[in-house]
Amino acid sequence: QVKFDSGVLLLSTHRLIWRDQKNHECCIAVPLSQIVFIEEQAAGIGKSAKIVVHLHPASSNKEPGPFQSSKYSYIKLSFKEHGQIEFYRRLSEEITQRRWETIPTGQAMQVNKDSQAGRIRAVGIVGIERKLEEKRKETDKNISEAFEDLSKLMEKAKEMVELSKSIANKIKEKQGDITEDETIRFKSYLLSMGIANPVTRETYGSGTQYHMQLAKQLAGILQTPLEERGGIMSLTEVYCLVNRARGLELLSPEDLVNACKMLESLKLPLRLRIFDSGVMVIELQSHNEEEMVAAALETVSEKGSLTADEFAKLVGMSVLLAKERLLLAEKMGHLCRDDSVEGLRFYPNLFLTQS
Amino acid sequence: QMSKQLATFRAHLEEFASKHKQEIRRSPAFRVQFQDMCATIGVDPLASGKGFWAEMLGVGDFYYELGVQIIEVCLALKHRNGGLITLEELHQQVLKGRGKFAQDVSPDDLLRAIKKLKVLGSGFGIIPVGGTFLVQSVPAELNMDHTVVLQLAEPIPGSFLAHSQPIPALFQEHLLKEGMAWLDAQAPGEPQYWLPALFTELHSQEITPEEAKEALP
Repeated sequence: QVKFDSGVLLLSTHRLIWRDQKNHECCIAVPLSQIVFIEEQAAGIGKSAKIVVHLHPASSNKEPGPFQSSKYSYIKLSFKEHGQIEFYRRLSEEITQRRWETIPTGQAMQVNKDSQAGRIRAVGIVGIERKLEEKRKETDKNISEAFEDLSKLMEKAKEMVELSKSIANKIKEKQGDITEDETIRFKSYLLSMGIANPVTRETYGSGTQYHMQLAKQLAGILQTPLEERGGIMSLTEVYCLVNRARGLELLSPEDLVNACKMLESLKLPLRLRIFDSGVMVIELQSHNEEEMVAAALETVSEKGSLTADEFAKLVGMSVLLAKERLLLAEKMGHLCRDDSVEGLRFYPNLFLTQS
Repeated sequence: QMSKQLATFRAHLEEFASKHKQEIRRSPAFRVQFQDMCATIGVDPLASGKGFWAEMLGVGDFYYELGVQIIEVCLALKHRNGGLITLEELHQQVLKGRGKFAQDVSPDDLLRAIKKLKVLGSGFGIIPVGGTFLVQSVPAELNMDHTVVLQLAEPIPGSFLAHSQPIPALFQEHLLKEGMAWLDAQAPGEPQYWLPALFTELHSQEITPEEAKEALP
């Protein structure tokens, strides 16, 4: 193996040229006429793809090169990065066409320096490689430009954050003097910028006009799905349902929660309920979870005992909501739990009914 | 006077978006940079779909939709792993669900989407474990002590917790109850605990149609 690596392979109508990438002065070539045949060697683990070039014995008037002679009658071109397939194709073409027999040497070079423009006009393999390199450079340039622009943007955003802080402070100081209108407007500014509401959250909540509208929309969208699901849905179910339906301009989880918090105050036919476990659900106003508990008790009594999974399957509910119902039943004293490594099982509360 | 500033900022953001919106969609690395910078200055670009960031840069739709996909995968697989899944498996399954023409999502993207899902109250959480993360999707009380236990589980296929390790049995029992850990009482030597979430064999299994039905309400 010779030490000619890290180079560029060039193909012309007459020659196969290898040029050192670092030292452009170093350039070696093989006339295509010397090639007997070529074959491909596929890449493998730890091996790069190769082309094996079998050569005629060197003629006595061979030009000076790195080796005067060799015991091998072939050379191997190793493509460490890429290009083997395309190069093999081109080389095969040139060998088949044998254009060196017809085209005088002066016009030979496919790759040439356009001395007038001072640029290298590249075609063939080198052309492709160069275009890729340019594209890569441009992508890099785009990314660094993007990052630069991003930094500038963030500077401006930071100013907005500072401004909002000072306004928030003024509001704090002037407690009574701020009109509701101004507060509402301020909150919508914060919403647009994605700045957490520092002051007014305690007094007026995080809701804005947008959330009020959203709440009304939700009431419309969710009526039927709720009826189909026994009057109750978890907030994650609602999130998925609503966003799947929207397709675009999706709601953030926070948007959904903030809107749902306003349902009751807007006297809409749905409400948000938060269980002790933290699970959040939307219920129809007409839905009465406590009544459902009575039905659950019957079901559990019939079966003797049930886990949340079993109950869910029986009744056709999600396990999450099934568990909440059983927990509520327990809280109300109708069910007792048997908590073991085999899972959480609920029994009718005989302590209550049979004392 | 804030409204004037706001309008100016909006214009800047619009300009930025016209030049670099593609970059955000295309490059997970750029997204990370973007999110980190926002966090540094105290801005949450994912707080609201109505915010400028979501509107102009489309970051909102990207993450909120990812949230839906995460919820669905977790629901479908809950019966297998008790509501505890590794970030890697979640990533794999989400990518499968998105199909080959969808944008690339990175584990970092998943984590950010999950952080937003917490607010929905159904128990989404992230537990750091041995250099990676477990994603919880049920409202089980995995308090500090449980997470310590989980962190001790070695990340080898079918990881187990040795009974002899100084972990209160109470916590191991809790994981068993929730279905997040299985007990092999017939193991040679001492009983062994396994975390289905860490079973790499299960990772390659597709979500079955039954499981998918479970996922969609």
